[in-house]
Amino acid sequence: MPFDVLRVRQDFPVLGREVRPGVALVYLDSTATSQKPRQVLEAMDAFYRRSNANIHRGVHTLAEEATAQYEEARARIARFIHAPSPRQIVYTRNTTEAINLVAYAWGRAFLKPGDRILLTEMEHHSNLVPWYLLAQERGLTLDFVPLTDDGHLDLEAYRQRLSDAPRLVAFTHMSNVLGTINPAKEMIAQAHQAGAIVLLDGAQSVPHFPVNVQELDVDFLAFSGHKMCGPTGIGILYGKMHLLEAMPPFLGGGDMIKAVHLGSFVPNEVPYKFEAGTPAIAEAIGLGAAVDYLEQIGMEAIAAHERELTAYALERLEEVPGLHLLGPQAGEKGGVVAFTLDGIHPHDIAQVLDHYGIAVRAGHHCAQPLHERFGIPATARASFYLYTTREEIDKLVEGIYQVKKLFG
Amino acid sequence: MDDLYREIIIEHYKNPSYRGKLEPHDIAFADSNPLCGDHIEIQLRVNPEGRITDARFDGHGCAISQASADLLLESIIGKTLDEVKQLNRQHVLDLLGIELGPVRMKCALLSLKVLKAGVYGLGSADDSLVEE
Repeated sequence: MPFDVLRVRQDFPVLGREVRPGVALVYLDSTATSQKPRQVLEAMDAFYRRSNANIHRGVHTLAEEATAQYEEARARIARFIHAPSPRQIVYTRNTTEAINLVAYAWGRAFLKPGDRILLTEMEHHSNLVPWYLLAQERGLTLDFVPLTDDGHLDLEAYRQRLSDAPRLVAFTHMSNVLGTINPAKEMIAQAHQAGAIVLLDGAQSVPHFPVNVQELDVDFLAFSGHKMCGPTGIGILYGKMHLLEAMPPFLGGGDMIKAVHLGSFVPNEVPYKFEAGTPAIAEAIGLGAAVDYLEQIGMEAIAAHERELTAYALERLEEVPGLHLLGPQAGEKGGVVAFTLDGIHPHDIAQVLDHYGIAVRAGHHCAQPLHERFGIPATARASFYLYTTREEIDKLVEGIYQVKKLFG
Repeated sequence: MDDLYREIIIEHYKNPSYRGKLEPHDIAFADSNPLCGDHIEIQLRVNPEGRITDARFDGHGCAISQASADLLLESIIGKTLDEVKQLNRQHVLDLLGIELGPVRMKCALLSLKVLKAGVYGLGSADDSLVEE
């Protein structure tokens, strides 16, 4: 079935709304969070209306149904990223919590003073601050792979920093500001040769193009449900089994234990030892439905659609006088376009665009070191997904001309 | 567009009357809005009776943050420090004459926060200074 963006749009109720009477929504902020198709909303609604119960406890019908749906979703998510086993899929709240889980459980257990962690200048704060906290606590040394002026990682510098034998390398698969898609497979292989394990931040890659954890040979992969048509409050940590098994538990509480006695406990097996307390059950089921939805449309088709849109957007935006684009050229990046306009603060750009119903993000997008690298406090950012159209990009460009007119 | 970018805001943003430095000055304070990187520094000259005789601001940021700083300083010349301590967020909103959501509210109130922290002689600016 060929990709039909207008048919896709009919699945997303919010895309039909007006921001104000007569002003249609142009949603260009999917990198912050994606919109949700009715298939996901209906799956969550059906769970609450029919099967709501706590999981892994109780033998009544509803508890069995809830547990089955929760675990089926885990299996679908495992298949989606080609994980060998659903047991390697740990439910978290989001990418941030998945990365923190590795920092706390793996980092505290296996890193010692003087050990090095290698990060990059293009990371989201969620893949920086957990390591800063761990470094402070454990006396670790942090290194950073620098960026080139055109928004790529400096891979020569990466190889040099690997010679310092970092224990862990953590980097983003795709930058949430520059859109740069990093050569993860090659970088992971080089890190492994240097003796490091690798955590890949997949928050922007898993929603937008096919990601195969076995082909990448990645040790940990973290991503969020809400950026891939799923609900907020659910994220995933994938890990290699031997690493997950060696790690101590993360949070303590119910469900993460096999047995509890006065003064001692026996941890549950992987992945349950990392899932303390009643989890986001409906949200996990919603993410399972999101994965089904994306697979049914096809991740290759989605990626192709976004590539075409990004090329078109860059071509149109390059024509605008005084507009400066950040990041690589079309063909080397995903559907994220960050830009500045001479003499106009990004907040003002976003505010004026909102007047025309156009939703973009303004600020440092939780990547302050990246903005410092390019010597700018903030950017405006438009981002695309499977439901974005060329007409919406035309509206963005028209809106930018209105911004320039107002402040000109 | 009239609702958010009234002519007065664009005018004070593009052609501020109180942008610059004041040397010598009696009170100075600076703060940033970490969310968007807006930065405002305010310098005041105060006479022996505790009345503000001149004021300047410097900094960078969006039109709302910079225009509200200019409008605010214009409104406090001749006021006593005690009068400035009584200013609340409504004073700034009245000057701007617009409705603001919670995100832009921080931009609009940054200059008042900086002003009050300076006048009170505080070590740091806190949101409680501009609460309703």
